[in-house]
Amino acid sequence: MSTNTPTIQKEEQGTGPGTEPVDSPLRDNLRALLRHRSAMIGGGIILFFILIALIAPLLLPYGYNQIDPDARLQAPSGEHWFGTDDFGRDIFARVIYGARISLWVGFFAISGSIVVGSALGLIAGFYGGWRDTLISRLFDILLAFPAILLAIAIVAMLGPSLENAMYAIAIINVPTFGRLMRSRVLAVKQEDYVLAARAIGMKDRRILFSHILPNSWTPIMVQGTLGFATAVLEAAALGFIGMGAQPPEPEWGKMLSDSRAFIQSAPWTMVFPGLAIMLTVLGFNLLGDGLRDVFDPRMKQ
Amino acid sequence: MLIPVLIGMSIITFSIVHAIPGSPAKAILGERATPEAMERLEENMGLNDPLYIQYFRYVGNLLQGDLGTSVQTGRPVAEEILPYLTATFELALCAMLIAIFFGVNLGILSAWRQNTSVDYLSMVIALIGVSMPVFWLGLMEQWIFAQELDWLPSNGRMDPRMFFEPITNFYLLDALIQGNLYALQDAFRHMLLPAIALGTIPMAIIARMTRSSMLEVLRSDYIRTARAKGVREGLIIYKHALKNAFIPIITVFGLQMGLLLGGAILTETIFSWPGVGRYLYDAIHARDYAVVQSGILIVATIFVIINLIVDLLYAWIDPRIQYGKE
Repeated sequence: MSTNTPTIQKEEQGTGPGTEPVDSPLRDNLRALLRHRSAMIGGGIILFFILIALIAPLLLPYGYNQIDPDARLQAPSGEHWFGTDDFGRDIFARVIYGARISLWVGFFAISGSIVVGSALGLIAGFYGGWRDTLISRLFDILLAFPAILLAIAIVAMLGPSLENAMYAIAIINVPTFGRLMRSRVLAVKQEDYVLAARAIGMKDRRILFSHILPNSWTPIMVQGTLGFATAVLEAAALGFIGMGAQPPEPEWGKMLSDSRAFIQSAPWTMVFPGLAIMLTVLGFNLLGDGLRDVFDPRMKQ
Repeated sequence: MLIPVLIGMSIITFSIVHAIPGSPAKAILGERATPEAMERLEENMGLNDPLYIQYFRYVGNLLQGDLGTSVQTGRPVAEEILPYLTATFELALCAMLIAIFFGVNLGILSAWRQNTSVDYLSMVIALIGVSMPVFWLGLMEQWIFAQELDWLPSNGRMDPRMFFEPITNFYLLDALIQGNLYALQDAFRHMLLPAIALGTIPMAIIARMTRSSMLEVLRSDYIRTARAKGVREGLIIYKHALKNAFIPIITVFGLQMGLLLGGAILTETIFSWPGVGRYLYDAIHARDYAVVQSGILIVATIFVIINLIVDLLYAWIDPRIQYGKE
């Protein structure tokens, strides 16, 4: 609805002589996004990481797990850009393969949270009653734990592994999306077009999927981008305390915890994985903030 | 509202021990335990009873203050965890003080000098702060300030050679009470790095929140009136504007407590700070599930209580908010 005004303006422009054809609100928003400086910087950082994650094997002369006992803990050089770790593995290669892991985990964890959270939020908001009470209480309970602590509890139950860390991150982020979807549904449900759809006898399912869902997804998308940043951080944190990726997986958090023994002798083992985490998280935060400014100014507060 | 949440939390922590593969008896007795010994222990621990009976027994014990016994030390968790809790509280409190002081002032500066280079710089600092993994920041601090520059100690709460008898186990407070200035200085030096690491993310979030909240307030009529009357700028900002800008800041503060308690686990691991986080971390690695279970439950309970206090604080600061009325 926030997109209505610009559309009208565009249509007015479109009727004038020699102007561009009528634009859709989506295209309008995309154009605003392209003008948004920090969103573009954030998007650029993410694109960069996605790209190097995709072409990682083409880029590298070393494998991420290629052990070289003669090249232990070497400082950054022309041969090893980021130096080597205590197994003589190339840190540049490991950081780049680490991008694969972090983006992968973030993507699946957040997709999972969005699907499950939105479904629960839709049911709670649309049907209300005991379903709402039950689901909202569930969210309250999950939110009663500090996020990383709940993730640790879940991984403690499932056993430490990258996959289980991913499930844990998905679960702890469910209430965020669930509550958001629920509040959107409650708002959209009151709109005239939903009442009209009901008045002409439209079935619940069709109202849900063709009216309520399309009008609720923008905040979810914004939150999803910001949530991606959190998920990358959480995955690294779990890896760091040994509850996530297991050796020899080149996960950034795990690399950081391995580097602790060499802070004095080989600080480069610690600097680069951390920098990679920070840049990725920064990228998603910038893009998320930009998306929010453009698509959903009301959320800004 | 509070009761169902607490029940749900106890179910989750109860499940931790029961969902892990393998019998807890085996975890206690080790891999080479005889089947008879294991059976006897399982019988003693009540592991053969139906799950719901075990759960009610667990809750019953909790209500009597029995949090189980640590497998590693053989001591009751309820007794053992206290000094760890105070250590975490001291660290979290100092981190929060740093976060609020620098965050609020950075945000004010930004709002006051909106769209200047000062504003941009503060917001870039805040943005980097939000994206910073606390464990990386901690390691970098250790490397730069402890190893390379050798300014501050990198581990623990106090030099072990220091002659010091804690009373309340809040070291800074204890040293102050005893008038032991050497201990006070040493405790303070040990506190700095971990508190800064832990406080950075909340600081950044508070700075961003303060900025946007202040910007809104600074545009309001009563501020313009105050300016017209010739009230000094400093007074306008710290007395008139900040009071109203503080409401959203307190909400963020409440939300940050979860982050802070979670971050404490990571920070304490890095700086060998003997707090609950470190206690939990060691227990996880030793598979001491009674400690893991109770540690998580205690931290979560504290978190819930803090949120309740923040809610009440909220109503106290802003009389427009009333609970129990929809």
